[in-house]
Amino acid sequence: MRIIFNKVSKNFGKNAPALDETSFEINEGEFVFLVGSSGAGKTTVLRLIIQDLIPTSGKIEIEKFVISKKNHVDTAKLRRKIGMVFQDFKILYNRTTFENVAIALEILGKKSDEISKKVHEVLHLVGLSDKANFFPIQLSAGELQRASIARAIVGGPKILLADEPTGNLDPTTSWEIMKILREINDLGTTVIMATHNADIVNSLNKRVITIKKGKVVKDEKTGKYQ
Amino acid sequence: MSLFNHAWKHIRRSPYQAFAAIATMTLMFIITGLFTVISFGSMILLNYFEQKPQIIVFFNDTKKEEDIKKLQDKLLNMDKVSTVKFVSKDEALAIYKEQFKKDPMLLEMVSADILPASIEVSAKKIEYLPELATTLKNEPDIIETVFPEDVVNLLMSWIGTIRKIGLGVVVFLAIVSLFTVFTVVSMKIALKKEEVEIIQLVGGSKGYVRGPFILEGIIYGIFGAIIGWGVNVIIILSSTPILSSVFTGIPLFPVTTIFYGALLGGMLILGTILGSLASFLALNRYLK
Repeated sequence: MRIIFNKVSKNFGKNAPALDETSFEINEGEFVFLVGSSGAGKTTVLRLIIQDLIPTSGKIEIEKFVISKKNHVDTAKLRRKIGMVFQDFKILYNRTTFENVAIALEILGKKSDEISKKVHEVLHLVGLSDKANFFPIQLSAGELQRASIARAIVGGPKILLADEPTGNLDPTTSWEIMKILREINDLGTTVIMATHNADIVNSLNKRVITIKKGKVVKDEKTGKYQ
Repeated sequence: MSLFNHAWKHIRRSPYQAFAAIATMTLMFIITGLFTVISFGSMILLNYFEQKPQIIVFFNDTKKEEDIKKLQDKLLNMDKVSTVKFVSKDEALAIYKEQFKKDPMLLEMVSADILPASIEVSAKKIEYLPELATTLKNEPDIIETVFPEDVVNLLMSWIGTIRKIGLGVVVFLAIVSLFTVFTVVSMKIALKKEEVEIIQLVGGSKGYVRGPFILEGIIYGIFGAIIGWGVNVIIILSSTPILSSVFTGIPLFPVTTIFYGALLGGMLILGTILGSLASFLALNRYLK
């Protein structure tokens, strides 16, 4: 799934542009870092992609979905094609790891046999096979983030958005998470990751889009964190 | 997990709120059921009085049978008269003996001679009664005209009052139930705000998010309806022996299975509407 931002602006109030006529394209299967200081507009880009926000002007094309001020798409259908990992995990604390991951398949109306099979597969992929029946309170921060990734990828999305997924993690755990994200990207999923972590960005030699005050100031195929 | 399982989980995890919602619904359905039963019973009672001979005219012994026959024909030719039945002195004695067969003292003292011949006149509509009674009172050789005007008027007045009070109470209780379920579902939405947000973020459709809450309201309504109906059935069955002796001859008892079925059906429909409406209102208010 190709993502096209065409002169997209997002204003919060009159003099608060979070994004200012931003244009870029992300091709299928790419691994892209969105970097920039806090408030630069990285999270706004991700929220616009999942239609958690509507552009003030311009349009966003994601395959057949065209999001603009005048054209809202079916949010649920769009989000089912996109997985998202959050800095604060957004895990349900009254459900087990298995149930947290299964929810992404339940909303697709999958049968319990299929749900069980796929959830165990992704839990194995993220290294949480032995924690399937654990409640979130019994998991470490790294494990919670892995569970969050498992939930994001279990439905087989074409795009995976990660909003500072290593923000709350120690360096070792952060690298474990990056290893999982790279593996997911190697399987053909487009990964867009907003981050502040210069070490990770500089080590991976992937495309880097630098955003400053809501504008794309740099877009390099194998960029560095600046 | 199915929609029902989700809704059932919501209920199981907050049993006290669920109890309050079901209890209020049950109370509403008990009262609704009782007023429905009383209302239908009154209608049958009124219908019975409408069907039965409503004016009885007793004749002097001087009145000849052919004159009575003429009066009978005259009445039958009137549009407002449904039936006219002649009761001879002998037939009157037979009726008397049947009524007082357990009291031989009363039977010994009575013979056919002292009982008057009569006609029983039934009107097509209850409103025609006063006019017919006036006409018959003017006939010659009449001892007495028995006209249950007061009973019918009283009955009609009762039915009107019962219906008005019943409707008022039921509407009030329905509103109380609606707001109770609304409050319970609103609390659940507030408690599950984060869960709902996460489900929406991972692609949960409007139906997937709202469905369990709507179903929860419907479950409260259905449970309330079934329990309320059950209590009504118990009340009717336990009071049948006493009431059937009070209303002898009137086709009120035993209450038919069709009536029980219709009552349950009506209550289930009302419960479903009230429960879903309350949940719908709560979702519109707290889940934008």
